[in-house]
Amino acid sequence: MIELRDIRLAFGRRELIASASARFRAGTITALLGRNGTGKSTLLRAMAALGAVSHGEILVAGRPVGSLSAATLARSIAFVNTDRIHAENMSARELVAIGRSPYTDWIGRMGDDDRRIVDEALQTAGIADMADRMIDTMSDGECQRVMIARALAQATPVILLDEPTAFLDMPNRYELCTLLRRLAHEHGKCIVFSTHDLDIALSLCDDIALIDSPDLHVMPTAEMIRSGCIERLFSSPYVRFDAATQSITLVEQPSER
Amino acid sequence: MSGSRTYILFAVLIAAAALLFVGDLLIGTTAIPLGDVWAALTGGATSEEYAVIVRELRLPKVIVAAVAGVALSASGLQMQTLFRNPLAGPYVLGVSSGATLGVALFTIGAPIIGLSGNTAVMAMGTTGMAWLGSAAILLLVMMLSRRIRNINVILIIGMMLGSTISAVVGILQYVGTEESLKAFVVWTMGSLTNVTGEQLTLIIPIAAVGTLLSVAVIKPLNMLLLGEGYARTMGLDVGRTRTLIFISTTLLAATVTAFCGPIGFIGLAMPHLARMTFRTSDHRILMPASILWGVVAMLLCCVVCDLVARGGVMLPVNTVTSLLGIPIIIIVVMRNRNSAA
Repeated sequence: MIELRDIRLAFGRRELIASASARFRAGTITALLGRNGTGKSTLLRAMAALGAVSHGEILVAGRPVGSLSAATLARSIAFVNTDRIHAENMSARELVAIGRSPYTDWIGRMGDDDRRIVDEALQTAGIADMADRMIDTMSDGECQRVMIARALAQATPVILLDEPTAFLDMPNRYELCTLLRRLAHEHGKCIVFSTHDLDIALSLCDDIALIDSPDLHVMPTAEMIRSGCIERLFSSPYVRFDAATQSITLVEQPSER
Repeated sequence: MSGSRTYILFAVLIAAAALLFVGDLLIGTTAIPLGDVWAALTGGATSEEYAVIVRELRLPKVIVAAVAGVALSASGLQMQTLFRNPLAGPYVLGVSSGATLGVALFTIGAPIIGLSGNTAVMAMGTTGMAWLGSAAILLLVMMLSRRIRNINVILIIGMMLGSTISAVVGILQYVGTEESLKAFVVWTMGSLTNVTGEQLTLIIPIAAVGTLLSVAVIKPLNMLLLGEGYARTMGLDVGRTRTLIFISTTLLAATVTAFCGPIGFIGLAMPHLARMTFRTSDHRILMPASILWGVVAMLLCCVVCDLVARGGVMLPVNTVTSLLGIPIIIIVVMRNRNSAA
């Protein structure tokens, strides 16, 4: 569904990814992993055509994202970031309805179809019961679901999410990622999201994309665990990744006494 | 928010605007009976003096007040949403500073280099220079905005430009003659009474185009509520939208400021009043609501000025709009703080 073809990615003068090719298919959920500052956000932004690649091409449904009109792009890729929306007097339903913008007329008039799609998006994201609540009264977890419902209302085959779980507590993280997994498997979406939650990524995602500067490895989760990449990348004198339990453990430090 | 509540509020605001419009025509330093006001407007039989007062003094003033209300509020709402800042207003990008610089250069600078003409020439020069000053500043900000992604940087640059200009104007004031200083200070206090019928034929079409542009950006403004990043991924051409909004503000705020002087707090407070009363964030409602509140507020200020004028004191309109607008801003800021806490 979305394809990287020999891309080089840089942030300013710093090279993040030297050369990478990968394919993210419809109906799969991929977690994008990598240490801080390795270019997870930059890559996602490039995939959403919010930023540029210094070499190569990013294709969505076989067409380069750079060549698509803003309107076509908005109907192909939805993007969710960690920004908290602060808007006075805006209900969850109104926010989700803004997701219909690529389909509505010059003043944003909603038809019956649009209203039905907004209702379905609220339902799928599990926030139908709080549709009329004001967003500035909602918790971070509820807000993130509203933003995902907005992406669903945009009715795109691809949804990219930049650290959607960043400000959520543990149960909320699992619930949110389970929701994303359902969207991929039951609704056929192509979902790519960046995260630092290794255990969630490994237990819930079909594929893992790992930025191992300056390389990008994309492979099925089980294969990624066996590859040893994660051990190498996420180990430090203080922590160690254990492939058997798929978890990070603290390394015993020699006592200071 | 229920639909019927919205309709009732709109009806009330329209009725209030109409009442104030008529009231403003009736109130003035000269007492004119209602029948004579009507006769003067419709060309009926009344005294020559009444006809001149109503047609050439009161009517242009009331129309200018209404146009200023429309222009400043529509521009203020766009600025607040574009910058996602409740304290943004039509003057945030330096429109009034630019106009002030233009006027200062003209009223203070012209006599220094020995240039002076009759009052008509001076009035035209003041207006023209004010407009040129605002337009130049907005053009500068617009050009910078093409290179700058972060909207807050543009906001800061706009404010810094304003401060720089204040410093330059300060220097001009220091070197200016006493007479020219007075002319300048009078302009900065704002006035609705200097506009003639002919000037109205210029102001109204310009403001109409600016208002049409404000309506054209209603959907982009709704998308911008989620920030420029989200707006872009939903297909909005953010650069083009910024340009449209800046052009609209130039046409609206710069024009009104050129003819009437800076009119404070209307453009800042009325969008908030619209949000508070209509309880929505949807610009399809907020835009007409802000505009109507702007008309009502300006006409109200006009009535207040006229009533005070009967007592022999001529209040500059800027003082009245500030006294009306500032409490609203304080209430908004306190409400926001409380809801955030």
